[in-house]
Amino acid sequence: MTTAPAAGAANETAPAELVAEFDAVVAADGRIEPRDWMPDAYRATLIRQIAQHAHSEIIGMQPEANWITRAPSLRRKAILIAKVQDEAGHGLYLYGAAETLGVSRAELLDKLHSGRQRYSSIFNYPTLTWADVGAIGWLVDGAAITNQVPLCRCSYGPYARAMVRVCKEESFHQRQGYELLYTLSHGTEEQHAMAQDAVNRWWWPSLMMFGPPDDESAHSAQSMAWRIKRHSNDELRQRFVDICVPQAEALGLTLPDPDLRWNEERGRWDFGEIDWEEFQQVLRGNGPCNEQRLTQRRTAHEDGAWVREAAAAYAAKHQTDTGREATAV
Amino acid sequence: MTTTTVPTTAALSLADDALVLSHRLGEWIGHAPVLEEEVALANIALDLLGQARFLYSMVGDEDELAYRREERAFLNVQLVEQTNGDFAATIARQLYFSCYQGLLYGELAAADGELAALAARAVKEVAYHQDHAVQWTLRLGDGTPESRTRMQDALNALWRYTGELFTPVEGLPVDPAALRDRWLDVVGGVIRQATLTMPDGPDHTPWAAGAGRQGIHTEPFGRMLAEMQHLHRAHPGASW
Amino acid sequence: MSTQNTDWPLWEVFVRSKRGLSHSHAGSLHAPDATMALRNARDLFTRRGEGVSIWVVPAAAITASSPDEKDPFFEPAADKTYRHPTFYTIPEGVKHL
Repeated sequence: MTTAPAAGAANETAPAELVAEFDAVVAADGRIEPRDWMPDAYRATLIRQIAQHAHSEIIGMQPEANWITRAPSLRRKAILIAKVQDEAGHGLYLYGAAETLGVSRAELLDKLHSGRQRYSSIFNYPTLTWADVGAIGWLVDGAAITNQVPLCRCSYGPYARAMVRVCKEESFHQRQGYELLYTLSHGTEEQHAMAQDAVNRWWWPSLMMFGPPDDESAHSAQSMAWRIKRHSNDELRQRFVDICVPQAEALGLTLPDPDLRWNEERGRWDFGEIDWEEFQQVLRGNGPCNEQRLTQRRTAHEDGAWVREAAAAYAAKHQTDTGREATAV
Repeated sequence: MTTTTVPTTAALSLADDALVLSHRLGEWIGHAPVLEEEVALANIALDLLGQARFLYSMVGDEDELAYRREERAFLNVQLVEQTNGDFAATIARQLYFSCYQGLLYGELAAADGELAALAARAVKEVAYHQDHAVQWTLRLGDGTPESRTRMQDALNALWRYTGELFTPVEGLPVDPAALRDRWLDVVGGVIRQATLTMPDGPDHTPWAAGAGRQGIHTEPFGRMLAEMQHLHRAHPGASW
Repeated sequence: MSTQNTDWPLWEVFVRSKRGLSHSHAGSLHAPDATMALRNARDLFTRRGEGVSIWVVPAAAITASSPDEKDPFFEPAADKTYRHPTFYTIPEGVKHL
């Protein structure tokens, strides 16, 4: 339920019993709900993370929507529209979860549009060919799912519930991407090359999606203690690599990493050094599409202002309209 | 020799209407005025795409028909190929078309023939599209002075493409001309309720060559098809 | 750029997933009015056939129990075990009880 927090309680001097109760619920793997007392920093961390997640969903619509008008078969066109539509839906679930923490969607969008809140850097890369749609489904959604499944057990109830819904719907996203790439890889020579090229370009940025290495990750330790986060960045990244290597083989495609080799001792795949300088640059706004993505989002929002105003004005004029189609029982 | 009862021209006309409008609505995705509307417009696009695929499959291979015909072979009405414009223009296009499609499918569902099964299913989808268009026409028409101007302008600008909706289609077991009075009632009622005025300009092109049902389209349609078809055409024989 | 006066209100959405079950909370959304809230809820929460009926309620219209009142509200119920059937001992062999 969306209800503003019990406002203003000077959190630093919160009674020990509230702190103890919060800690006990988290320690017992229980869920914190919107109206429970929570540390200010916990609230702030969640707002930042859920907002970033919501922003990623709606900015993430752009690189794929780029191909809706050019999808090469009607079946693929329908799949792609449904997928991009889901992303808008996921953005909405997540904004809803963030709003239970006492911020409004309008505020969060404003922060996105003014660059004060971030979205996942992966969406600052361009979709240059049709195969990129497949690579995004397989690798980007695959990495996202690896990150998101543990979030279904996050300590904050509304976020965990939103993630359950998201993960359930997202299972088709990755499969359609994999199927798309498989078809290309086993199609004509040009199609195969297109698929390999896309995987070459998306592999490394996908690995960056798990965030900086554990020893450089600013928020990780606290988030783990609060059970917002369940596994470290490096652990999830390793898990993803281990999943992808055999999948790439089944696709008949290679991963662009000469250092990729099986480590018998660890029972896991070793992989090469990630270019963290590129990661930092894209994060700072210098990626290939940062400007373009934000501009499109801002333009859509600004161009839509008159529509939102019109509906609000109409609602004010017709307040007796309850929209009721039957008495609710 | 096979005998077929599928009225090819009729099926293609309806399929092309649905595909082209679906494509135009798909162009909105990522640009809608509010996130909830991203979801709504995509829903409508998907319904229409589903209708198009069903109809194409009655006539032949859906991708051959969608991706390998030239502009002059497309039989959709010119209304659906009009560019999105602002949100008011899209809503006006939706209002005019969904009211027509709702009446047409309603009749087709009741009539015998190959198209009845599709129509019976689609008529429920279209009722929702029509409701969406009506709700927005009311809000834009009776909203702010700006939205009112935009909505009226949009209704006026697209009026010239509405007459074509009622031209006969070969093989269609329903005469579209017979739908006209009811369409005027429905659309007129919505426009009045939205506190707007009924457009009064010509509703037909004066060009004797005809319009969309004769394969005569407007210039933006060629560019739309070029975009839609280029990848498919660039890889002849490929599977996707 | 002020968007304050045109922000659409928040609505809570309840969906009945199938006949015979009660509506349960699905999430929230924004809409200018109840009519649009219902439609947005249909598009957002029942895309995969998850519902047969929807309620939308203005979030501002909900009165919730407060966590601060948790003890007086809910704890007194905990020690009244005689409200539960397992409280009672029944002689062995007695059926339909």
